[in-house]
Amino acid sequence: MPPAGGGRAGPGPLRSRGCRRPPGPSPRAASPAPAPPEARPPAAPAGSRAALALVTLLSFASRFHRLPEPPHVCWDETHFGKMGSYYINRTFFFDVHPPLGKMLIGLAGYLSGYDGTFPFQKPGDRYEQHNYMGMRGFCAFLGSCLVPFAYLTVLELSKSLPAALLTACILIFDTGCITLSQYILLDPILMFFLMGAVLSMVKCNACADRPFSASWWFWLSLTGVNLAGAMGVKFVGLFVVLLVGLNTIYDLWDLLGNLSLSLVMFGKHLLARVLCLILLPLALYTAMFAVHFTVLNKSGPGDGFFSSAFQSQLIGNNLHNVSIPEHLAYGSVITMKNLRMAGGYLHSHWHLYPEGVGARQQQVTAYLHKDLNNLWIIKKPDSDADLSDPSSPVEFVRHGDIIRLEHKETSRNLHSHQHEAPLTRKHFQVTGYGINGTGDSNDFWRIEVVGRKPGKLIKVLRSQVRLTHVATGCILGSSGKTLPKWGWEQVEVTCTPYLKDTPNSLWNFEDHINPKLPNISLDVLKPSFAEILLESHMVMIRGNSGLKPKDNEVTSKPWHWPINYQGLRFSGVNETDYRVYLLGNPVVWWLNLFTIGLYLLTAISTAVALKRGVQLSSELKELSRVVLRGGGQIALGWLLHYLPFFMMGRVLYFHHYFPAMLFSSMLTGITWDTLLKFFAGFLSPSTAARRVYGGGILALVLLIMYSFYLFHPLSYGMIGPMASDPSSPMAGLRWMDSWEF
Amino acid sequence: MLGFLKNPVVVTAEINVNLVALTVMGLISRLWGLSYPRAVVFDEVYYGQFVSLYMKRIFFVDDSGPPFGHMLLALGGYLGGFDGNFLWNRIGAEYSMNVPVWSLRLLPALAGALCIPLAYQILVELQFSHCAALGGALLILLENSLITQSRFMLLESILIFFILLAVLSYLKFYNLQRHSSFSASWWVWLLLTGVACSCAVGVKYMGLFTYMLLLAIAGLHFWHMLGNQNLSNVGGGWLFCSYPCLGDLSLKTCSVSLLCHFLARGLALIIIPVAMYLSFFYVHLTLLYRSGPHDQIMTSAFQASLEGGLARITQGQPLEVAYGSQITLRNVLGKPMQCWLHSHTNTYPIRYENGRGSSHQQQVTCYPFKDVNNWWIVKDPGMQQLVVSNPPRPVRHGHIVQLVHGITTRYLNTHDVAAPLSPHSQEVSCYIDYNVSMPAQNLWRVEIVNRESDTDVWKTILSEVRFVHVNTSAVLKLSGASLPEWGYRQLEVVGEKLSKGYHQSMVWNVEEHRYGKSQEQKEREVELHSPTQMDISKNLSFMAKFTELQWKILTLKNEDTEHKYSSSALDWITMDTNIAYWLHPTSGAQIHLLGNVLTWASANVAAVIYVCLSLWYLVRRRRKIYDIPEDAWQLWVSAGEICVGGWAVNYLPFFLMEKTLFLYHYLPALTFQILLIPIVLQHLSDYLCRSLLSKTMFRALIVAWFSSVYLVYCTFSPVTYGEPSLSVAELKDLRWKDSWNILIRKQ
Repeated sequence: MPPAGGGRAGPGPLRSRGCRRPPGPSPRAASPAPAPPEARPPAAPAGSRAALALVTLLSFASRFHRLPEPPHVCWDETHFGKMGSYYINRTFFFDVHPPLGKMLIGLAGYLSGYDGTFPFQKPGDRYEQHNYMGMRGFCAFLGSCLVPFAYLTVLELSKSLPAALLTACILIFDTGCITLSQYILLDPILMFFLMGAVLSMVKCNACADRPFSASWWFWLSLTGVNLAGAMGVKFVGLFVVLLVGLNTIYDLWDLLGNLSLSLVMFGKHLLARVLCLILLPLALYTAMFAVHFTVLNKSGPGDGFFSSAFQSQLIGNNLHNVSIPEHLAYGSVITMKNLRMAGGYLHSHWHLYPEGVGARQQQVTAYLHKDLNNLWIIKKPDSDADLSDPSSPVEFVRHGDIIRLEHKETSRNLHSHQHEAPLTRKHFQVTGYGINGTGDSNDFWRIEVVGRKPGKLIKVLRSQVRLTHVATGCILGSSGKTLPKWGWEQVEVTCTPYLKDTPNSLWNFEDHINPKLPNISLDVLKPSFAEILLESHMVMIRGNSGLKPKDNEVTSKPWHWPINYQGLRFSGVNETDYRVYLLGNPVVWWLNLFTIGLYLLTAISTAVALKRGVQLSSELKELSRVVLRGGGQIALGWLLHYLPFFMMGRVLYFHHYFPAMLFSSMLTGITWDTLLKFFAGFLSPSTAARRVYGGGILALVLLIMYSFYLFHPLSYGMIGPMASDPSSPMAGLRWMDSWEF
Repeated sequence: MLGFLKNPVVVTAEINVNLVALTVMGLISRLWGLSYPRAVVFDEVYYGQFVSLYMKRIFFVDDSGPPFGHMLLALGGYLGGFDGNFLWNRIGAEYSMNVPVWSLRLLPALAGALCIPLAYQILVELQFSHCAALGGALLILLENSLITQSRFMLLESILIFFILLAVLSYLKFYNLQRHSSFSASWWVWLLLTGVACSCAVGVKYMGLFTYMLLLAIAGLHFWHMLGNQNLSNVGGGWLFCSYPCLGDLSLKTCSVSLLCHFLARGLALIIIPVAMYLSFFYVHLTLLYRSGPHDQIMTSAFQASLEGGLARITQGQPLEVAYGSQITLRNVLGKPMQCWLHSHTNTYPIRYENGRGSSHQQQVTCYPFKDVNNWWIVKDPGMQQLVVSNPPRPVRHGHIVQLVHGITTRYLNTHDVAAPLSPHSQEVSCYIDYNVSMPAQNLWRVEIVNRESDTDVWKTILSEVRFVHVNTSAVLKLSGASLPEWGYRQLEVVGEKLSKGYHQSMVWNVEEHRYGKSQEQKEREVELHSPTQMDISKNLSFMAKFTELQWKILTLKNEDTEHKYSSSALDWITMDTNIAYWLHPTSGAQIHLLGNVLTWASANVAAVIYVCLSLWYLVRRRRKIYDIPEDAWQLWVSAGEICVGGWAVNYLPFFLMEKTLFLYHYLPALTFQILLIPIVLQHLSDYLCRSLLSKTMFRALIVAWFSSVYLVYCTFSPVTYGEPSLSVAELKDLRWKDSWNILIRKQ
């Protein structure tokens, strides 16, 4: 422990502090950070570089300690490790998160010699000879960087070495942060970019007195790069974008009020921020998707989530490199795919609806796999003329036409009537009806293309089509609900009387066979990159909102998180297993929680005191600035990374809190440092004040270290009896009944 | 002594004719032909059933909102002498003679009519001219959608009334603040703000948005007050306080009046609304004391507090569960439906359809109906007897028991076999000894979840209990899945190994209970079939009932119902959607929720102008360029806080909501947006029309625009009032937007 720096004498004026190079080898900024002008006094508290080195060393040591253990798949490694392998194998897959995190994992694996052959089937699978250390090491490396980042951020905001050390100490000795950094997960990558963005934002603010200098540009663009990185790993990155955005708006507002700044200069400031914080991240974000789609060019498990047009781009997909007629004509044999995510093909088979489920006619369902029973023939409503006769002229189907769809295998017509649908009772039942194509007027459907004028031709793959039942006016759709066993667990197809254009009621034509028409290559229909980008985002957003908790499932609630109510099992359940349990160091977390309340009190009383016009000494002024401006930024970050989860409908997990926890830890460092300084300031001899202040910080640090000593088996693994057993080394540490170790 | 007779008695009355005229016009527009149509219109079918239940004093739970609105509607029914006998099953059904249609619809209509003078007053209090205020009130008067919504037994007009009342009271209070703090009228308006807010929240939870807005504005105003250095020493003294100003102890300034201001606001804007809100529930629960159709959503304890229903059965049960007790166990969760732990002689199939095997032992399920097979006997593992000893030995928290199924006398058992539908959990069965080296594992530890001490006795109805399996630590749980044919579609019960904390699906309570007396199985069966009887009554405190009911209202999720007229929040701004409320059974007469198109469009334009102008002013002020005088700017800002703020808080949250949305959800936001029109118009005329000529032209334009608003109102009034009946051609002419769904009868 370096000696606590004591109350720094003489706080400088607000904007006079120069832009300093990050003391020590910050891993990202190592090379090109330009040297600051010589005239600047070294404003960093003495010993900050040595402290940084120490902190970084401890951080790396704690994250890399026992990294290879356990040598089997832990928790979500089964997803993200698998996805890393997909990149190495160039197989297309679908995930609800943007691709950057998994691409980096894949890259790390590739560089470290992992060949992508391990299947990552389920947690607990042994890695055996496969080289997984590269991927884990990469994540641990990024996870270790969080501590120096937080240290530098707090140092910059509070100008106080003890505050920075306290923060670093909290993060180094938090079991949760260690555990989360040690496995192949997206979280260390996300948090790395997130903290990187915060650090560069704070550094850039510190350079505000020298705008457009090289270091100013450097930090500003680095902020942008980190924002793109955070967004590219998980959509949670949006919150840090929001934080930086708010900070920028505040900054610009400040500049606008500065009348000595001409409007031209202000315009330059604005442009620079637009360039670095909007355009640059957007370009990088788009670029990573471009890489994603270029790398993954083989058909894989993610195909079904995407539209037919997209699938035609994947090597190995049955739509790849085929040529089919472009415009739909009467007599064509087609398959229809529902446009909802993972929507199936319109399907029918020889089985009837069972007794008591609507009319006892042939079932019509949506089926996710390719099958001969997905084939339908488009016919005119009235004529039974054999359209397959090669001599008859080709007649195209047009928007607004009334058609009949005949199932190719069973020769029944697509039919609907006013019986209630099997599962969605408010909709009408859809059946196959008629013999050899002869049915009744309930077999007629009007075909309409979304957003087109009547009379236009209908394109394969690209036209979004709605089929309206002529007799009842309802629309053919797939409800997405799975039929019981009599329906072979295929998806229900209904006719909905509620006329809304949802993807559920829109279809496109995928296969198209008509020997009379010229085939065109599907490459003509190739979606543009912008379309692919948009589509993949729609699919991701829908996938995210589709992750709904099931009834009777115990889920983690956001209010559980700050109180460290319940952790996550990373590995092992039974007494004989090697168990790792993701749980924050309770002392640290409860200290954080308590400090948030404390900070709120401090900030409110400071703000009220200032508002009431209380005269403060210059030292107190400096303290109040740290509390309101520096602490405010961090508190805002905590709010932005925590509150939105209360409004999310998707399944939530404990680890979602960790970005907020980083902010909370930084807030703890700043608040305690300020409060101790404030109260020590009342003591008369300055030596006593320094002793109280230093002693306070030291006590906190020692408390945290001791609690880490108690709880370290949570992250480094436990074998043997559970904590409820008195013979366990963790006995007596199960302070809450909800902890399961 | 009689000196006062020297002067004549004079009563001076000041009557604002504008207000009177507006009120009268409002009453006419909202009350005209109120009992037409004499049929169920749209959501009357929904609220009507609750009115009927109030009349019959039968308990219900409505997840759409708190009970105050329903109670007001019921008050109308009560005043009209409604007996509650009407079957609310279909929109368009003719009302029978006993339904006092007029008085049922009276309160919403009155509330709707009173919104017009309120709007006038609000604009006056915002310091805009009487002319602008009159214009704003007239726009509200001529707004077809507000008229339609007010004329039926619906809640929106009442909600809007309370929202506007709250805003008006706050403005009055704030304007009094400057010269007469703590005067009587200051207190009245402050308290009225709180009362109106709680009424708005009590009618619909949407009222919360406006409440929050007012709280924020009050907070902001108080913050400005803090900056007022003169305030700390004056005005106080009547309330002892010690509020040392921070950091500067030498001055000993004690901001008495600031603290008093703070306390007064806290009392009126937080404590009173909370108290009022609780009182709504108190009245609600006092009125509804009979058991009814929604009983089963509530816990057994709640049900037992209602007259009839469960109370009849559980009345007089022994309270403490003892060894030998015969009990039924209800799952506390109540989802997907309430059910009781059940077993029957059928066994699990040897192989399931997917090829997995089972133990082939007797099925244990959760059964949603009362049945003799729901009875279980609590047995002491150390003793053989199945009757209660004398004196009874109560079961306490932590005791180990066996549960014996009453009819089949098999023991509740779980073992390391995958459950039929949830393979990650253990199968729960009633143990049959097949002699296949699968020993009985039938010991369960009773854990009372809501215990006060670790020696608590297991109580009927009141105790929520977890059963922890002694051998495997699995917890008895309702998985929520329903079994296939072989399990008679009853609900699956499993042993949950990875118990992640508390979840209601793992908690059970004893519902029916009696002390077993019969030693022999045959006698016992007879005993099980006999009804329970004895006498002890249990009463829940109001707070317990309130918490439970409130929790149920907030968490109860009706199945996502798609509705023909549901819309998305984005459709509302441009009114791309409408709702057909009623259609005459024979003629083309119909009622639609359809706004005054011109007013909606103008309101949007006004909002855009307001935002753009504000931004422009704001940026310019930042550069120290002042386009308008400072006091005009303050007025402009405070008008925006109310009107744009009111619009935003009542509209934007709907984008985050996942429930089914309808056009009428937009009406509160719309009201605020309409109030913005006269504000923007007056501002434009005052500050942007510099020359006399432009001012005159602007006024002419406003008059022309106003007459077209009136024309549009007249055009749509047939579908607003439902008469006169229109011909097909006329109806087609009314379909100004393709997305509107005007009902045209096929000839």
